Amino acid sequence: MEHVSGFSLPNSGHNRDAEASKMGMWLFLFTEILLFGGLFIVYMVYRSLNPEAFLMASFELNVWMGTTNTVVLLVSSMTIAMSITAIQKGNRKLSIQLMVLTLVAAVIFMVVKYFEWSAKIEHGLFPGQAVYDNLPPGESLFFFLYFFMTGLHVFHIIIGSVVIGFAIHRTAKGRTTKEKYTLTENAGLLWHLVDLIWIYLFPLFYLIH
Amino acid sequence: MTSKAMSLSYLQGKNGIFSWIFSLDHKRIALLYLYSILTFFITGATLGVLMRLELLNPGKDLMEAQTYNQVFTMHGVIMIFLFIIPSIPAIFGNFFLPIMLGTDDVSFPRLNLLSWWIYIIGAIMALSTLLWGDGPADTGWTFYAPYSVKTGTNVTMSVLAAFVLGFATILTGLNFIVTIHRLRTPGMTFLKMPLFAWALYATSWIQLLATPIIGITLLMITAERVFGVGLFDPSIGGDPILYQHLFWIYSHPAVYIMALPAFGIISEILPTFANRTIFGYKAIAFSSLAIAFVGYFVWGHHMFTAGMSGTARIIFSVMTFLVAIPTSVKVFNWVATLYKGSINVQPPLLYALAFIFQFMIGGLTGVVLGALAADIHLHDTHFVVGHFHYVMFGGTGFALFGALHYWYPKMWGRMYNKLVANIAFVFLFIGFNMLYFPMLVLGLMGMPRRYYDYLPEFHVPNMISTYGSWILATGLLLMFGNLIAGAWRKREPIGRNYWKTGITLEWQTLSPPPVSNFDRMPVLPKNGPYDYDNKPEIEE
Ligand code: HEM
Ligand SMILES: [Cu+2]
Repeated sequence: MEHVSGFSLPNSGHNRDAEASKMGMWLFLFTEILLFGGLFIVYMVYRSLNPEAFLMASFELNVWMGTTNTVVLLVSSMTIAMSITAIQKGNRKLSIQLMVLTLVAAVIFMVVKYFEWSAKIEHGLFPGQAVYDNLPPGESLFFFLYFFMTGLHVFHIIIGSVVIGFAIHRTAKGRTTKEKYTLTENAGLLWHLVDLIWIYLFPLFYLIH
Repeated sequence: MTSKAMSLSYLQGKNGIFSWIFSLDHKRIALLYLYSILTFFITGATLGVLMRLELLNPGKDLMEAQTYNQVFTMHGVIMIFLFIIPSIPAIFGNFFLPIMLGTDDVSFPRLNLLSWWIYIIGAIMALSTLLWGDGPADTGWTFYAPYSVKTGTNVTMSVLAAFVLGFATILTGLNFIVTIHRLRTPGMTFLKMPLFAWALYATSWIQLLATPIIGITLLMITAERVFGVGLFDPSIGGDPILYQHLFWIYSHPAVYIMALPAFGIISEILPTFANRTIFGYKAIAFSSLAIAFVGYFVWGHHMFTAGMSGTARIIFSVMTFLVAIPTSVKVFNWVATLYKGSINVQPPLLYALAFIFQFMIGGLTGVVLGALAADIHLHDTHFVVGHFHYVMFGGTGFALFGALHYWYPKMWGRMYNKLVANIAFVFLFIGFNMLYFPMLVLGLMGMPRRYYDYLPEFHVPNMISTYGSWILATGLLLMFGNLIAGAWRKREPIGRNYWKTGITLEWQTLSPPPVSNFDRMPVLPKNGPYDYDNKPEIEE
């Protein structure tokens, strides 16, 4: 800010404050967890109201594809964490490479998801399709929640990827350095959250029998 | 002297519309919020007065039943999502939190500006429902399923608007929490923060913890409508009551998003005009946190008649009674602050006193509604309408008016006409109570809410109520007119501490404050923020 009077406060909101940025990110992640938390509550309530139907419907899901995606996301969480360590040690090139690897993992995840969803849609299981409309009570709820929750998760994968893209750009430009790497760190935090949510989605939809 | 002559106020310097709508200065953003929020308040109030006009006589006077449904929904949506939830934090929190903490801005100035833009986009979305299709939603502001999924009106857009507006709230809350943690001036510990900052801190946490739940609930309603499936439809295994639970898990805590900042304002106004320290600083600070906490476990009191187990109802009822305890702790502390103070009766104090009076009626009628047996009779009657207007309008609304009159000289370096302000207050106070007290009576007599018509035996209280709405509207016009006219009044010397007895840090800087808030280092009173015995001497 302009200090016309020649006086300036020591604790300015316009100072660079990595601690504050990180705190802001944590708070934001907190709201994200609550957002999905609302959905988990709905899932739990409906599962307990329709246990049979949820069980039957869950057999339709492809456990292999789910497992693949789980592994892919776990690996990507590792690469992003390593990329932060790399930049802390001042190795910009390695940091960028690891972030690119994370993005590759994101793409693999999306491709697998694409095949998974298309298979369901071919079977007419998307809300509004013929088969879906004639599902027994409860099963349609399962598929609605399946598409809604994994869809919202995919949306977060996209957002996370964009943020990582920014972090790569900043590092390439040399604006992220050994001393200031808050953006990379925050991108990592966001990515871990995306991963964490999947870790809950996967057993809820694919595994519980 | 030289430094004073050189300090440009935040209102000077760059000008033109873009220097405002893209400003990163928390004070300019606060004014952006002020003007937009008050515009929506006036819009909403106009709708309210129109509804009262319809209810002047039994039968149809002015509008069709369906129009009435849309009007009360629009009125509710505007008043809740566009007016009362953002109001005090976005306006006065933005303006004064950094100054009270002795810093020059919030932690994330860019997010702050973004939040205003999101707010405006949400507002445009909400108001756009007037223009196309079957018109604005007719569900009531609560959007209860299954009706909200079935109606042909523009529910989807209203719901999405509320979702978007939630983001603005979250960003403001997040910003304030980080600001309070990171930017307090050296020497200001948490327990030396002004109570307004404490109130904002508790509010911000609720904003963060509750808003995502309504966000996701509203998204579900949207998805239901877009894909034409019933997530809350019992015929496919869903449960409409679940929607109500999710809705109120947010919307009850949201009541404290509306009320806590108002408590903060009152805790600032009273010491200044009693010229003595606040009574029970810690009790007031911590009772905010207690209210925020207990407030999470009472949402079921909105659903006593909707189908819940007896045990659940008793628990929710008891928890609701518990909220009354920290709330009355505050009221007793405020009254004790006035005791033996040297009271200086000024417009802001009048509003604060009206707040205490009206908020108590609102709170005590809330306890009545929290009692199971009474609620079965009173649920969905005009008693509820009276109750929440007493809390939100008589409480928070009046606190907001009080804050406007309290900080006006600081924000603009000008003054309004005090005599007119007092007259406007009398109109507002009488008008308000005449408008809403009869509603409590009508509710006890059994008049339901959300109907454009009523039985002839309810006529007299309805007439009184509508006359009250005219007196209130006159008061609003007088008040706003007077505040606006202040811009053209001859300048009188305002000085740093216009009321002479202000003690928090904003009274140590120039009026209006310079761009970077302070022209010299602010000085903290020795023992806490309201230490009138060691009030720092401030040179002009
Ligand atoms: C000039 C001022 C106002 C007037 C005349 C007014 C009048 C009314 C009336 C007549 C109703 C509908 C009652 C019914 O038939 O159910 C109503 C509902 C409502 N009002 Fe106000 N009101 C005013 C200000 C406010 C303010 C300041 C707020 C909030 C801060 C507010 C929030 C609400 C809400 C949430 C509803 C419920 C809407 C619904 O049923 O969905 N009002 N008001
Ligand atoms: Cu409530």
